[in-house]
Amino acid sequence: MTPGLSAFIIILTTLNVVGAVWLMLSMRRRRGDEPGPGAETTGHVWDGDLGEYNNPLPRWWLWLFFISVAFAIGYLVLYPGMGNYAGRLGWTSINQHEAQQRASEAQAQQIMARFTGKSVAQLRDDPAARVVGRNLFANNCAVCHGSDAHGNPGFPNLTDQDWLYGGAPEQLEATIAGGRAGVMIPWQDALGASGVENVLAYVLTLSGRSVPAGDVATGKQLFAANCAACHGEDAHGNQALGAPNLTDHTWLYGGSVDAVRASIAGGRQGQMPAQLERLGPQRVKLLAAYVLSLGAGGGSGAAAP
Amino acid sequence: MAQGTEGTLAGATYNDRVVRQFALMTIVWGVVGMSVGVLLAAQLIWPALNFDVPWLTYSRLRPLHTNAVIFAFGGSALFASSYYIVQRTCHVRLISDKLAGFTFWGWQLVILLAAITLPLGITSGKEYAELEWPIDILIAIVWVVYAIVFLGTLAIRRVKHIYVANWFFAAFIITVAILHIVNSAEIPVTLTKSYSVYAGTVDAMVQWWYGHNAVGFFLTAGFLGMMYYFVPKQAGRPVYSYRLSVVHFWSLISIYMWAGPHHLHYTTLPDWAQSLGMVFSLMLLAPSWGGMINGIMTLSGAWHKLRTDPILKFLIVSLSFYGMSTFEGPMMSIKTVNALSHYTDWTIGHVHSGALGWVAMVTVGSLYVLIPRLYGRTSMWSTRLIDWHFWTTTIGIVLYITAMWIAGVMQGLMWRATNADGTLTYTFVEALQATHPFYIVRLCGGALVLAGMFLMIYNVRRTLQERGPVIDQPVMAPA
Repeated sequence: MTPGLSAFIIILTTLNVVGAVWLMLSMRRRRGDEPGPGAETTGHVWDGDLGEYNNPLPRWWLWLFFISVAFAIGYLVLYPGMGNYAGRLGWTSINQHEAQQRASEAQAQQIMARFTGKSVAQLRDDPAARVVGRNLFANNCAVCHGSDAHGNPGFPNLTDQDWLYGGAPEQLEATIAGGRAGVMIPWQDALGASGVENVLAYVLTLSGRSVPAGDVATGKQLFAANCAACHGEDAHGNQALGAPNLTDHTWLYGGSVDAVRASIAGGRQGQMPAQLERLGPQRVKLLAAYVLSLGAGGGSGAAAP
Repeated sequence: MAQGTEGTLAGATYNDRVVRQFALMTIVWGVVGMSVGVLLAAQLIWPALNFDVPWLTYSRLRPLHTNAVIFAFGGSALFASSYYIVQRTCHVRLISDKLAGFTFWGWQLVILLAAITLPLGITSGKEYAELEWPIDILIAIVWVVYAIVFLGTLAIRRVKHIYVANWFFAAFIITVAILHIVNSAEIPVTLTKSYSVYAGTVDAMVQWWYGHNAVGFFLTAGFLGMMYYFVPKQAGRPVYSYRLSVVHFWSLISIYMWAGPHHLHYTTLPDWAQSLGMVFSLMLLAPSWGGMINGIMTLSGAWHKLRTDPILKFLIVSLSFYGMSTFEGPMMSIKTVNALSHYTDWTIGHVHSGALGWVAMVTVGSLYVLIPRLYGRTSMWSTRLIDWHFWTTTIGIVLYITAMWIAGVMQGLMWRATNADGTLTYTFVEALQATHPFYIVRLCGGALVLAGMFLMIYNVRRTLQERGPVIDQPVMAPA
C-alpha cells in the first residue's frame, strides 16, 4: 500500500470515530436554551399530532458506545487495521493459518510415525492404520466414490472384487498416487448410428442380455475390428489400459441400454486425480491399505464410515 | 395558500393513489416472495421438489426469493410509506404525480423482469445484485426519479423542520443510488450477459460494500423511517428523544459504511480491511440500538395499549427483533465468532431475524395502519385477524431462527472438528444429515409466517370490500 493511501485510511478512520464520539459528547446534555425534560417537546409538530420529546441520551447507551470505541482503539493498536501499521502483535491471518497447519501436521506425524516402513498389506492388517485410512478416505475420496465406497456412475465401486487397473497392493498404491485417466473415444462418427446399434447388441449378449434392434453378427465383426484392441478379443478387458471387462454385470457408467449406447456413441472420459503430491507417500499407502481392506479379499471387516 | 375547512389547505390533496398502488403490491409481493422461500425450504428437505425442471432448481429460485422479498416486498413497502409520510410530514402533495406514477410502473417492471430472467438463469452472479445490465439501468433510472420525487417534495415542504423519518428515507434513497450504480458497473457482452468492471478481491470488496450497506440503508435506514412515523402515530405519543434521533442517525450512517469487510473474514481481502470491518461493525451496535430505544421508549406511558392493539404489538416486536439482530450482527462480525458462524445456517437465521422479525413485521404493522386510512375507513375489517396474524408470524419466526441457530452452530462445530491424524472428523454430507431435522423445523416456521400473510390478504380483501370513499385526502395545514 502506498504511504498516501495508508495515510488516507488512517485519517478517514480517525475522523469518523472522533466525529461520532464528539457528536455523542456534545449531545449528551441538554443545552440551556432548549426546552426542559419530561412532558415538554421540541415544539415542532407534524401531521397534526406528531411531536418529539427531547429526553437526554440514556447513560448506559452512551457507555455501550464508548466501550465499543475503546475496544476498537485497543484492537487497532494490537492488530493490523490502520493502513500500513502492522499492529503491536505482528499478527497476520497468513501467519495464523500457517502456524495452525504446522501444529496440526506435527500432531499427525506422531501418529504417522507408527506406520513408517510398513507395507500396504501390513497396514491393511493394522486396525489403527485402517482407522486413519478411513479418515483419509472420507476427506479425500468419498466425494466421488461415496462415503460407503460403493461408487457412483463414472466412479468405480471399491468394495467389489472388480478392479479396472488391478487390485494388488502395489497397483492400488499406483492408482492412488498417480491417478488414472480412463479414456474411451467416441464411435458415433466411425461406426454410424446402425454400427453403434450393432455393437451395442453384441456387447449386451456378452453378459447374457439381448436387445431387439441391432445385428449381433455384424456387431461382433465391428467389435473385433475396433474394440478388441483395448477390451480384448474375449472382451474380458485389459487392466494395463483400464479397459473394463464387458462380460460381467459391472457397468462403470451404468448398464442400461441407453447408458451403454451412450458410452459407445459418445465415448467416456474418466479422471481420477493424482494424490501423491497432495497427501505424500505415507498417506497414499494408508489409503491403499484401507481400500484393500474394503474388498472381500481384505476380510478385515473394516466398514466404511 | 388559503385555509380550507377543518385545518386543511383549500383545494390541495395528497397523492394517495401511488401510495395505494404500492401498498397493495407490497402484500402481493410479500406472499409471492415468501411462497418461494417456503418452496426453497422444502427443497432443502426434499430435493425432488425441483421436479427436474431447470427453472425450479434451488440455484435459480434462491435469487428470485431474495430479490422478491427485499426489493419487491420491502421496496414496495418503502415506496408506499415514504410517499405517504413525506406528504403528511411536509404538509404538501408530492412534487410530481407523473414522476411518482413512473416510479410505480418502473419498479413493477423491474420486478417482473427479475421474475422472468432469474428462473431462466440470467444472472450477473453478484448476491442481491443478480439482475443483468439492462435491468440495472432501469433500476438506476427509476431510483433517480424516486430521489427527485422524494427530495423534491421535501424541498417544497410547508414546515421548517424536517421530520426524523424523512432523514432516514433521504439517506436510504441517496445511498442506495450510489451503492447500486457503483456495484453494478459492468461491461455488457450480450443483452443478457455482462462482466463486472472490478476483478478478484476488489470485486468481492465492492460487492460486500454494496451488500452490507444494502442491509444498512435499504433494510435498516429505510424501515427506521417507517418506524419513526407509524410507532408514534399508533402509540399516540411523541417520539422519545429528538437528540437521540440526531445522534443515532449520524453515527449509524457514517459507521455503517465501513462494515462490509466482515463478510470477507479469512479471505484474500487484506488483513487491515478485515480488521476495520470488524471494529466498525462493533461500534455499530450502539448507533443501531439508538433507533430501537427511541421506538420502544416512545411507548412509555402507553404500554397498556399493547393489550388491545395488535398493530402496536407488531411494531414493538419488530423493534425487539431489530435490537436482537443488530446485537447478533456485531457479535458475528468478530473474527473468532465468524470463523464458526460463516457459511453456516446461523447466517441464514440472522438474516431472517432481521428480514422477517424486523422488516416484515414493521411493514405489516404499518400496512395495517395505512390501508384503512387509504380506503376511507378507521380500521381494518377484523382486529382479531390481525392478532392471529401477529401470533402466527411471531411463533413462525421464533421457530425459524432457533432452528437455524442450532443448525448453524452445529454445522460450524462439525466442519471444524479434526482428528488427531489431521483429517476432518465429519464429511460434509454428515453435517448435512445432522441438519435435516432443523430444516423441517425451519420449514414449519416459514410456513407459519406465510400462513399469516394469507390471513392478511383475506383481511385486506374484506376491508376493501367495505371501503369508504376512496379519495385523495386534503392536505393538512401546518401547525
